[in-house]
Amino acid sequence: MSARWRGSRNALLLVAALLAIWQALYWWVGDSALASPLATLRYTARMVSSGDFGAHAYDTMRAFVIAFAFSVAIGLAAGFWLGFQRIAGDTLEPMLVAVYAIPKLTLYPILLLAFGLGLSAKVAFGVVHGVIPIILFTLAAVRNTKPILIKTGRVLKLEPGEMVRWILFPAAVPEIFTGLRVGFSLTLIGTLLAEMFASQRGLGYLLMTGIGLHNVEQVLSVTLLIVVFAAAVSVLLLQIDHRLHHGISRGS
Amino acid sequence: MSRVGWYRCAIVLASLAVLEALSLAGIIDRITMQAPHLIARDFYRIVVSGRMNSAILKTLANTLAALGLALGVGIVAAVLLHRARALRDTLDPLFATYYAVPVFAFYPFFIVVFGLGDLPQILIGFMLGVVAMIVNTLNGLDRVPGVLLKTARILRLPPADVALRITLPAAAPHIVTGVKLAVAYAFIGVIGSEFILSRGGIGYEISFAYTNFDNAVMYPLIVLILLASIAINAALSRWERALLERRGML
Repeated sequence: MSARWRGSRNALLLVAALLAIWQALYWWVGDSALASPLATLRYTARMVSSGDFGAHAYDTMRAFVIAFAFSVAIGLAAGFWLGFQRIAGDTLEPMLVAVYAIPKLTLYPILLLAFGLGLSAKVAFGVVHGVIPIILFTLAAVRNTKPILIKTGRVLKLEPGEMVRWILFPAAVPEIFTGLRVGFSLTLIGTLLAEMFASQRGLGYLLMTGIGLHNVEQVLSVTLLIVVFAAAVSVLLLQIDHRLHHGISRGS
Repeated sequence: MSRVGWYRCAIVLASLAVLEALSLAGIIDRITMQAPHLIARDFYRIVVSGRMNSAILKTLANTLAALGLALGVGIVAAVLLHRARALRDTLDPLFATYYAVPVFAFYPFFIVVFGLGDLPQILIGFMLGVVAMIVNTLNGLDRVPGVLLKTARILRLPPADVALRITLPAAAPHIVTGVKLAVAYAFIGVIGSEFILSRGGIGYEISFAYTNFDNAVMYPLIVLILLASIAINAALSRWERALLERRGML
């Protein structure tokens, strides 16, 4: 209980400190470059209640949800496969790590040429960002499954499907969840980036029009909404993550 | 080379061959992508003509500036936070959720504040890299064996010697992990922000070529960035591995 209380106190302190820094920055750089936290919140309230914003947010959400579904499906399938096939895993893992480290934004023109403007390019870009961590974490999780569990499964003559369902999956859940958590944020980042420079709709588009019109309040409001959403979901997932890992260590 | 190394080469060569075949057969049309041998030819031409050198230099300089800032600030911040327990606990939620927040979303805001110069790009690269550096350095400092520190105290080593002879070598593998991530992030940050909106650099040249459907420039530059980031990543990974192996941690 006291640990949880300390956690929320720390979070509150942090938010207060960030708001204070924002306000101080506002006093320092002035009206033309920055809006105060209060003014931004007011603008955000007005923007959210206008009908136009809902449509943009819906567009981003839709692209993101589809992209995340693809990332999870491809990531889990590839991760399990590479985890099983020792040689394929050894061969591909360093390549995936290398791909993970390249600036994927530069690949965006290729995706645009291949998928065209619109939803499919956004989804593809989200998947390109989000799928690799899910593969890597799943792969590691499957490999690190305790050998005794797999031997037990073999003794019981489980089919490959049953093996995944009853042994590998439950044993790998905490690690896989960590991968999903990382994949979630990267998919969101990918989707937003795609919207930022080749889209007529969505929150990323609102950011870019904000710059174009030099509408500081709009830029700040959209940034604020994205940050708050990403941070809130991330905190939630992090808590589930901790609980899963904790539950495993207590069980064994 | 090991067996998996050969497999990797085979996969790369096979994918190139498939791309080449698809392009020659016209299944991938020329507007979408050129055949790999044409990309190689254009790549050679661009490198020889040197007309991208200023863009490459600009990107490199900005990446190095972002990286230097991230490493310097990251290590100093980590050392300070390692001493200040309460502050570290307060900042913990920030570090845990940091990479879930799209840092690029701050780029428009930086442009508004600092103008469209090099500074916004350097700042984005710095912001992406610094937290990886802080978290990994803290991780390394936490894992310095207590017995080594006690030995240092018995030998009455001055603080500077403790830092250089004990803490730094003991934390080195984790610090190198941080450096590896910071390099990748600084690169991603600078090139990404050049790509979104800027006045120069490789990212800018790629987006410029894309807008003009100039595939003869766009693909070679993309290949250049891929090769550069893969080479840097491989070199740092090797270094990291060597350090871990020497400590028997692998």
